[in-house]
Amino acid sequence: MGLGRYLLRRLALSALVVLGVTFLVFVAAQVVPSDPAALYAGPRPTAAQIEKARAELHLDAPLPERFASFAVAMASGDFGVSYKSRRPIAQDLRAYLPATLELAAVSTLLALIIGIPAGAMSAARRGSWFDRAGGFGAIAAVAMPTFFLAMLLQAIFAQSLGLLPLSGRLSREIAISAPLETVTGFTLIDAVLAGRFDVLRDAAAHLILPALTLAAYPAGIAMRLTRSAMIEILGRRHILAVRALGLSPARILFGHALPNAICPALTILGLSFAYALTGAVLVEIIFAWPGLGRYVSEAVLSKDFPVIAAATFVVTLCYVAMNLVLDLVQALLDPRVALQ
Amino acid sequence: MLEIANLSVTLPSRRGPLHVLRRIDLSMAKGQIHGLIGESGCGKTMTAMALLGLLPEGAVVAADRFRFDGDEVAGRVKTLRGRRIALISQDPAAALNPVLTIGRQMDDVIRSHHALPRPERQAKAVDILAATGLPDPQNLLRRYPHQLSGGMQQRVVIAQALATGADFLIADEPTTALDVTVGAQVLRLLRDLVASRGLTVLMITHDMDVVAETCDRATVLYAGISVEEGPVGALLDHPRHPYTQALLAALPDAAPHGARLAAVEGSIPPPTETLPGCAFAARCPHATAACAAPPPLRNAGGQSWSCHLELP
Repeated sequence: MGLGRYLLRRLALSALVVLGVTFLVFVAAQVVPSDPAALYAGPRPTAAQIEKARAELHLDAPLPERFASFAVAMASGDFGVSYKSRRPIAQDLRAYLPATLELAAVSTLLALIIGIPAGAMSAARRGSWFDRAGGFGAIAAVAMPTFFLAMLLQAIFAQSLGLLPLSGRLSREIAISAPLETVTGFTLIDAVLAGRFDVLRDAAAHLILPALTLAAYPAGIAMRLTRSAMIEILGRRHILAVRALGLSPARILFGHALPNAICPALTILGLSFAYALTGAVLVEIIFAWPGLGRYVSEAVLSKDFPVIAAATFVVTLCYVAMNLVLDLVQALLDPRVALQ
Repeated sequence: MLEIANLSVTLPSRRGPLHVLRRIDLSMAKGQIHGLIGESGCGKTMTAMALLGLLPEGAVVAADRFRFDGDEVAGRVKTLRGRRIALISQDPAAALNPVLTIGRQMDDVIRSHHALPRPERQAKAVDILAATGLPDPQNLLRRYPHQLSGGMQQRVVIAQALATGADFLIADEPTTALDVTVGAQVLRLLRDLVASRGLTVLMITHDMDVVAETCDRATVLYAGISVEEGPVGALLDHPRHPYTQALLAALPDAAPHGARLAAVEGSIPPPTETLPGCAFAARCPHATAACAAPPPLRNAGGQSWSCHLELP
């Protein structure tokens, strides 16, 4: 079978991508017009302090040697210390990354289960009221600014109806009086591991609004992509063939047409998942979500280069992993992919 | 088995109604292979779609008689689809889903029509694939269409039609996409299946060799009208309708070696036109003023055809 070899090849390519990004991050750090040693030395440093910082950070070593130690440090998860807070970056990432991954995963899942079936059904009933409403919804979801949608959802579900919490990751009562033991950092998983179903419900309730906000854009795109791909596939001869064999419309739509039409939407969802890792700054701020986006944007503003480098590296890893998963799923869905 | 009289199908369009089928008479006995012959655009596939209840939305169907197995089925042809009537699709490479295994595609057909537990469905799929002459059907279940040859794909398509349990099959150009030798094998298989399983087959084709080799009787279509019907031997040896004559004369075999091939002058009247008289009159070498009126139905030697001309 070609599947094993195909995956091996994709894996090798992914390793190259990670190496390339590591190199670029290193180069960028050299080119940026700010002196890390000056930053590291603190506010208003003297020349002697800067020189001391330079030695401490090994900034005076030759470039290849510095790249080698940089790459090794990245690979071993030793991301160094933030210039600004002086906290170990690995420790910060352990706190922020799970929160971000949890939000990105749930929002991608939402986009998947809303966008793809809605697109398939729109294609099946082209021109119907469902199709029109879906088309309008998709455009609205894509066009609406994230912060506006976030506040709209907060106003409706948190303030008017009082159904869902306004912001945060867990209710204060739980966070203070009966805190959850952190095992994985993913609240949903930790709650299940601890058998705390009150916490699970609370965490899920906190997730819904930010996840919905983040899901709107990819869901809209996935819906339109699925719709147009489905319209093409539904006109194919093999769909007529199974209709003429008396298969039910639902089985034809979801069992026979959708597997042919799902790949573009899956690709977009994978990319939007990766984007959500650092791109969800506004959503994280509005919903007070302790995620990576805010952490990184603060680092960027203060030119805290080790943090930027570490976050870029980790996000690249997530991106590459996501792409591998997508490759695998597409190869499983369409056996011809692995042959190309 | 099937008796259709004066079937017409009209599709709505922006340029006005399209008369895709004008006057189709079709009568088929159980256990026979009946050919449906004509140029492209003459209504062969539309007739098949009408029999399957798969006409495009908005189609207006009318018929004096539409009987299947003794019952009047006009208006509820859909209920027969897959249960009694199934299609053997043309172009097997396109008729099989590229991303599903053969096993899955067989199983979906079987479980749509038979409430059986999974192992029994799989055994049935293997049996039917074997019955179409496919080697190692057990292994075939895990394969994808692109891993099979054209002939094997066509056999899988036939197996799917058999798996429905239908006893009336419509074979739409089953050999057009295949090599001549493979096509001949597929035709032999179809004939064997008709004999062994008591099937009735409507064979849609434009290939006179296919008609001569496999069919018992045949109907010639022209511009959505059945112009001539009869036993295949008589039809091919003594075509009565001028269109059938022209069609047979246009075959490469009919021309003397080295001579220009005969062609039927002119083209089929477009479906937007209404044809009160004989549809072929405009291209017919024997046309007279009488041809503007509807042609009478004539019978001789088991053949029937509609034409103003007296028997030559």
